[in-house]
Order: sequence, then C-alpha cells, then structure tokens
Amino acid sequence: MRNFIHILFAALLITGLGFLAFITVPVQRTEPQTALADDWRPEEGQGEYAMRLADCAACHTAPDGELFAGNRPIESPLGTIYSSNITPDEATGIGGWSLDDFRAALYDGVRPDGTHLYPAMPYENYRKLTEEDIRALYHYFMEELEPVENRTLQSDLSFPFDQRWGLRAWKWVALGDPGFVADTDDPVLARGEYLVEGPGHCGACHTPRNNLMAEAALETPDEAFLSGGEIDGWTAPPLRGPDSAIRGWSAQDMAAILATGRNAHAAINGEMQLVVRDSTQFMNDEDLQALAAYLVNLNDGSTAPDRAEETETEALLVSADPDMPLGPRLYLDNCNACHFADGRGADEVFPELDGSSLVTAQSPTGLISMILTGSELPSTAERPSSLRMPGFGDRLSDEEVAELASFVRSAWNNGAQPVTPAQVAELRGDAEAKRD
Amino acid sequence: MARTDPKRDVVIVGLGWTGSILGIELAQEGLDILALERGEDRSTVPDFRYPQVIDELKYGIRFGFMQKPRNSTITLRRTLDEEAQPMRRLGSFLPGDGVGGAGIHWNGQTWRPMENEYRLRSYVEETFGAEIIPEDMTIQDWGVTAEELEPFYDRFEYMAGISGQAGNIKGEILEGGNPFEAPRSRDYPLPPLPQTTDALMFEQAAKAMGYHPFPRPAANASAAYTNEYGMQLGPCNFCGFCERYGCINYSKASPQTCILDALKRYPNFAYRVNSEVLRVDLANDRKTATGVTYWDEEAQEEVTQPADLVILAAYSLHNVHLMLLSGIGEPYNPQTGEGVTGKNYAYQMNGGTTLFFKDVEFNPFAAAGSSGISIDDFAINQIDFAAEGFIGGSYITAGQSNGQPIRGIALPSGVPSWGAEWKKGIGDWYGHSMSIGSHGSNLAYRDCFLDLDPTYKDRHGRPLMRMTFNWKPNDIRMTQFMRSKIEPIAQSMNPDSWKSSYKGDGARYDIRPYQTTHNVGGAIMGTDPNASALNRYLQAWGQHNVFVMGAGAFPQNIQYNPTGAVGALAYWAAEAIRKDYLPNPRPLV
Repeated sequence: MRNFIHILFAALLITGLGFLAFITVPVQRTEPQTALADDWRPEEGQGEYAMRLADCAACHTAPDGELFAGNRPIESPLGTIYSSNITPDEATGIGGWSLDDFRAALYDGVRPDGTHLYPAMPYENYRKLTEEDIRALYHYFMEELEPVENRTLQSDLSFPFDQRWGLRAWKWVALGDPGFVADTDDPVLARGEYLVEGPGHCGACHTPRNNLMAEAALETPDEAFLSGGEIDGWTAPPLRGPDSAIRGWSAQDMAAILATGRNAHAAINGEMQLVVRDSTQFMNDEDLQALAAYLVNLNDGSTAPDRAEETETEALLVSADPDMPLGPRLYLDNCNACHFADGRGADEVFPELDGSSLVTAQSPTGLISMILTGSELPSTAERPSSLRMPGFGDRLSDEEVAELASFVRSAWNNGAQPVTPAQVAELRGDAEAKRD
Repeated sequence: MARTDPKRDVVIVGLGWTGSILGIELAQEGLDILALERGEDRSTVPDFRYPQVIDELKYGIRFGFMQKPRNSTITLRRTLDEEAQPMRRLGSFLPGDGVGGAGIHWNGQTWRPMENEYRLRSYVEETFGAEIIPEDMTIQDWGVTAEELEPFYDRFEYMAGISGQAGNIKGEILEGGNPFEAPRSRDYPLPPLPQTTDALMFEQAAKAMGYHPFPRPAANASAAYTNEYGMQLGPCNFCGFCERYGCINYSKASPQTCILDALKRYPNFAYRVNSEVLRVDLANDRKTATGVTYWDEEAQEEVTQPADLVILAAYSLHNVHLMLLSGIGEPYNPQTGEGVTGKNYAYQMNGGTTLFFKDVEFNPFAAAGSSGISIDDFAINQIDFAAEGFIGGSYITAGQSNGQPIRGIALPSGVPSWGAEWKKGIGDWYGHSMSIGSHGSNLAYRDCFLDLDPTYKDRHGRPLMRMTFNWKPNDIRMTQFMRSKIEPIAQSMNPDSWKSSYKGDGARYDIRPYQTTHNVGGAIMGTDPNASALNRYLQAWGQHNVFVMGAGAFPQNIQYNPTGAVGALAYWAAEAIRKDYLPNPRPLV
C-alpha cells in the first residue's frame, strides 16, 4: 500500500514536473532548412514580393489602419484575435527580433519570449517557406519598413483557449515537417505547389479543419488538401474533387481571377477579396502561370460540370408569367438586369449564378450575405473597375431573401438546399451588429 | 478666409468626360495633377444603384443629377435689344454637376461629324459660292480635318465601347452601315444593339423608299467590354433609364465606367469635390495662367491653386464663363464682330413626327438610350444648299429611349391634357406610339453669343453669363425640309394618326421645354487668332498654358450629338500636350 502511494506520489510529481516543463521549458526552434551565406541579401524588391506572396498585409493591417501596424480583428469560433504589429517598432512591433526569432514565428509559431502564437497566424503553412523567402521577408520587415508605434489589443478568447501554453500540444498534432518538398518533377507545377502550400497559405481557408481545428491536410497528395473550408461565414470553395468550384476552368481563367478578382465565370467574394487586393494581383506572370498550371493540374481530367443549355428556369423567367412564384419574380425584379435569365451573367463583369460555388455552397451564408449587403471587387492594375453589387437588404424582407436565395440555389442546373427566413434573420442581425 | 495651396503641375477644372480623359492621359506622363469638381462625388454604387435611381420624379423631373440654378445659371435674351432674364429653372438644356458631369446622364449617342462639317465655310464657298452664305451667318472652319481627327475618334470610341456598324472603313462602303460617313480606320468595338419594334418598322419603311438605314452608334454596351484602361462595361439590359439617370448596370459609357477607377490608381492624380473654380489667375503680363482660384465649400474659403498648366474641362458654357471672367481672349462684340470669347454660340435644330398605332405594342419601357435606326440621306453633305435655300443638314432617326410614365407618353391630337379624357387617352395610347426625329445642325450668327450679364450676379458675386440666342430662318428652312422628308416616311407606315413638331417661320427660342443639352461654341477653335478663341489644339491663343476642352470649341453646331467630337478633340488635345507642349511649353501654333 505504501509502495503504491509512493508510486502514485512519484507519478504525480513527474506529471506535475512534466506539466510545469511543458508550460515553461522553451520550445525547440526549427533550424533553417537551407544554409544561406551570412551575407546573403535579397535582390531589390524581393522582400516586398515575398511579403505579397505571403499576404502579410491582409491580416496585419486594420481597416483604415497603418500598413502592418496590426490590430485587425480576426473572428474565430473561439473568440476574437487581434493581429500583431509587424513593423520594426521596438516597443510595440517586431523591432529587435533576430532572424532566428523571426523564423521561429513563421515555422514554430512562437514569439522570442516563447509565447505561442494562435494559429490564425498560418505557421502550419509558413513552415514550408524556403530560407530565401524567410530572409527576404526578414529584410523587408526589418530594413525596408518604417516602424509604427501601435500597441495591439489583447485577443479576446474564452477559457481554456486563452491559455496559450495549450497550443504546444496542439502543435504536436497540427504541424507537419518543416521545409518544402515538391510532389512533382515539373518545375512549373512545383513552383505552383510551393506557392499554394507555403507562402500563399491557401489551405488555411480552402482545406477543412479537423476536430482539433488544425488543417486536415497540408500537402497536395492528400485529397483533403484544398477540398473546401470556411472563413468568417464565407465558404472557401473546394478547389479539387467532384465539387471543385474551378472544374473546367482554363489556366487563363485561373490566372485572371487571381490577378483581377474576376474571370469569365466568377467574381471573388468574402475574404478572398483581401487576398486578391493585397497578394495575388501583385504576382508576376511566371508565378501566376505556375499557380494556374498547378490548379488546372489539381483538377486534371475533370471537365466543366455538364450543364443543360436550355433550362426550365430560363423558360419560366422569360415567360414573364405574372403568376410565377415569388422566388423567380424577385429574381426578375432584382437580379435579372445583370445576371440574366440564363443565369450566365457576362464575362468578367457579372458573375455566373448557374453553377456558382457561392450560390450552391452547402452553407448558404455567403449567398445570403451577398444578397443582404452586396460586394465590391478590389481595383487591380489590369482591371481597375471596383465593380460593386449593391446590397438588397433594405429592400427585401427575411422571407423574400430566403425565397430568392432558395430559388437561385435550385435554378438552372443548381441543386442546393433551400434557405429559411431564420437563417436570413440571423445573418441580417450579424450584419447590422457589425455596422453599428 | 483664403489660403494658397502648394503648386501642382496641372489643374483640371471639372471632372466629367474631358477632365477624366485629360486626367488619365496626363497622369501617364507622371505629372502632379489636381482635378477640381464643383459638385459631389459619384459612383455607380451607391449613387446610381438600383432601384433608387429608377425614380423619374427625382431625377427625370426634379433633375437630381443636374446643376442647381441657385448655384449656377445664365441669363437669356433672344435679341440684342431685349433685357436678359435669369433662368430660374432648368429646361431647354441640362448641364450636370458632380463627378462624371453630364457624362453620367446622357443617352449615349456617339457620332462623328461629316467631313465637310469641319470646314463648313470653305466647303460652302468652294461648292456653292460665298454669296449663298447669309450676311449675318458667321460660320467658320475648325482648323482640323476629319482625317486628322480619325485616330482620336477611334480612341474615344474604343475607350467608351461604342456599339455600332461601320459604313465606311478606309473608303470601302459596307452594307448595313452609314454609307455617307467619313472613312474610319476600323469597325466599332462592339456590334450594334438589338433593335426595338419602332426602329425595325422605320428601317423597313426607309429601305422601301430607297434610303440607307443603319443602327445608331451607341454608348450602351451590346456586350461585356474591357477598354484600354482595363475598365469594364456590362451588357445593357434595356431598362429604359438612360438620359437624366446614372446607369445602374455599368452598361453606359461614362467617366465612372470607363476611366475613373483607373485614374484614381495614379498616385500623382488627386481630385477635390465641392470645389468650384471662380476664375483662372493670369500672370501680370497676362501671357500665361498662374493657376486657378476656387471656392472650397467644405472649408468655406477661397483657395488659390497655383499650377503650370490649366485645363478647362467644365461644361462648355462654364468654360466660356470662366474665360470671360478671367480675361482669356478678347470678349466678343456683336456690333463690330471683333473679339473672340463668347463668339458663335450655337445650339441644335431638331424636329419630329409622332406616329400612333392602335394595334402595335411598342413596349417602350424596354429601351436603351441609343438603340435605334437612322438615315443620313439628308445629311449636311448630301444637300444642294444653293437649290434648297439653306445651309445645314440632319440625320433622321427612330428609336425609343424610354417608356417613363410622366414624360414618356405621347397622345394623339385631340386628346385633352388633363381630366378623365386624358386618363382614358393614357390608357388607350401608352405603348402605342413611336416617333421619327430629325437631329440637325444649327449654324453660327453674328448676334448669337455669350457675354457677361451687366446686372445679375451669382452667389460668389460674379456676373452671370448672358446668352443671346434665337432661331434663324436658315435653320428653320432646314428643319422644314426635314419635315418634308419625314412625313412621307411616316405616312408610308400607315399609322392610325400622326402629328408633327418642327420649328416654323418666326419661331423664337423658348428656354423652358427640354430640347437638347448640346450647347456649343463660345470658345471656338480655328486658324486665326482674331476670329477664334483657341487654336487647333484647343490652346488659348493668348495664354499658352491654358487648354479648353468641350463643345465650346465647335465654331457652329454639327448635325450630330456632340459627345463623339468632344471626346475626339479631348484625345487630340491630350496628344498635342503630351507630345508637343510638355517637352517645350509654348504656343503650339
């Protein structure tokens, strides 16, 4: 008995010490994956370009805030996280960080003091960055930017998620191996793969999260990778598989939507607008083509979904029958002017609704938000028009929005589930709360 | 209160079509540019958003997008011996204000003048003899030719995404286009719009009479389009709300849809709204401008804005007003015929016949501003002026632009304009009428001009501009000639009834009913500094760093809607400034 108590006591002591060590012993930082000379310097513009590829601006800049000074609220299911100031300000930014400190934030998700970063910072993906890109980024943030003094707000997460030390265990499960290994011998495809898996951190939104809220896959060979996710109420559509939103798109279509936010089929919405605004529109042609080739290859063999050219929906709309149900009537009165009776819109200006991933997403919240509050495309160098769809929330009741959304979800060749007025009411409340 | 702001390379007065064109063309040169716009900022969404903008009362009747007479108006008299009175309500013409200017609320008809319109006096003298020109008619040549301007029409049309059908490509006459037009270098960027019933009926009738119908060139996009600046248009949906409205649909070419988002990306371009330019400031020797002074509505103070180059790009009337207020060019004197600023104000001579068909449904609510069919068989280059006794011409056209309920319902003769019978008439005739119109030249006359009013002042204490204008027998004969051609076409279509409206003998200008916002002249271009206010590059003769855009440059009015020519001249002037003036600022002629 005494022995047992001793053993129990010892076990508790070891567990306790282990736990203490778990909380307090610093994390082993990942080493550089390639050796670069100490005097390696990025070429002119390389640092800024690496920053664009990694899209640091979208999260680390508050709406109307100074560039990279942080404090953008990032809504997560666990609470609100505020992005940090990554200007080289000593007191409030990352001034004084060593290259190893900087790399550890990107690879291991830890600050110099050992604090764990919330995975809103996509270090799951940044772990694949090359040493060149890390050095280029470091140079950009430390030497090319002016410091901005801006203290960032405390993130507002509920217990136990506000206990950052718990992330250490999470990382054991969530993080893959550091460094990037291509799944292909083709250098163009490999470049595309790197951009997607690494700096572009596309998987952060387009890959589903598992029960631990980690990305279900981090690499291309795994079919879960880029198989669709959700971000702030918007569906980040699947980019592969039978439900791929980009099935049948040409490389030109892919490059166009990344460079300009629009192509012959679709226009970007939700958080992707920030990605185009701050990142992909700045990609050089070579990278755009690589990304496009990678995405075409990811959907290799799948042609555009079969779509009937003549649909009952179009016939109904064109009939202008005054007795048609409320949904199509609302469509004629509000949507038809741009998206037309065939639901095909017009190239690069008015997106297709027939087969649209936004319209037919499993979760209708993106579509409802779009109808309620509208959307504005970012102005880009090639397509400067900030084309804007107005919101219809002040014109349509919850019931009407639900009827309309249900109609377009099942119109033409679409076959998605209907929407209830309660779903609309909830989103309308959220939208109003945000506005106030 | 007053302030002086730091000097800019260029200040642009007005941010409509020409201000936007000059803005983006000069921004490409890397110049530091400030555009000053007297009105509000405007964007497709929210300012033209559906359904708010589809409001005939607010925008069609109460002129929501137009200048307000309390802020800006003119005085009018018809003859030299009348006392001019202020226009207290807009009527005959509708200048816009705000970003986009009148470029947001036009119908979109985009024409090129005939070759002989640029050299009208020479053409008449060479072809018919100087003696047929009436003594008081002051027509002049433009100083440029159709051939010189062709590349610049091409640029404007491709920038604005015009839908149409060429009739003459490099001399080759093409079936279905206008066979009488000046040669163009290539076809329109977009195919013609679909046609409505009225236009198709007119086309058939015109063809049967041996005329040459063709689709009207339209700035309402017939398909999705991307222009040289990457700006985009979506296909027009025939909503029937073009003129007086901003386009809900990114379908009508305007500064907003075709230029502004691209222009705003230039870090060296900035614009200020609610900033009305009061005058152009001249150097002591009056040989150059030093900048402008404007009223900053927000700060409630006058601002001196120095600049090396001043572009007047306001509406034609306002450009002339600013020139008169600033001493740019000698003011025109109708007694002596001397002076140039304010000279040769001209307008447009239009007429029309309305046809009523009990059994035809025209669905007038399905309409685009410029869809329609025209003939140019009686154009200014097709008429024997000596034989007919007038100088001028018209295009003749049919095409419904709207079916709006307050202004858009024509009633046959005999239906009262009020009461139960009127109501019944509306019920019987809505959607059962169409019209055939003539859109014609209006020439320049010694006593049709613009100067400063001796009595009335605006809210800034500046004299209002005085318009002296009346219809003249030459132009009335021209429109009566068109009547004699249109009525037989109308009759051949066998309407249940028809009625005509053309200016007749003794007609006097009435500023109340809407006619057209085609006010031209006053800052005319030409080859002689004693006879024109601007040289052929739209540069002020006396102040080489002042360029003046717009239809004010037309020495007399063309037979067409002016926007095509205004756009081409803007590109023509921009090219001269970029290639010739900037490297060596000086008088270009």
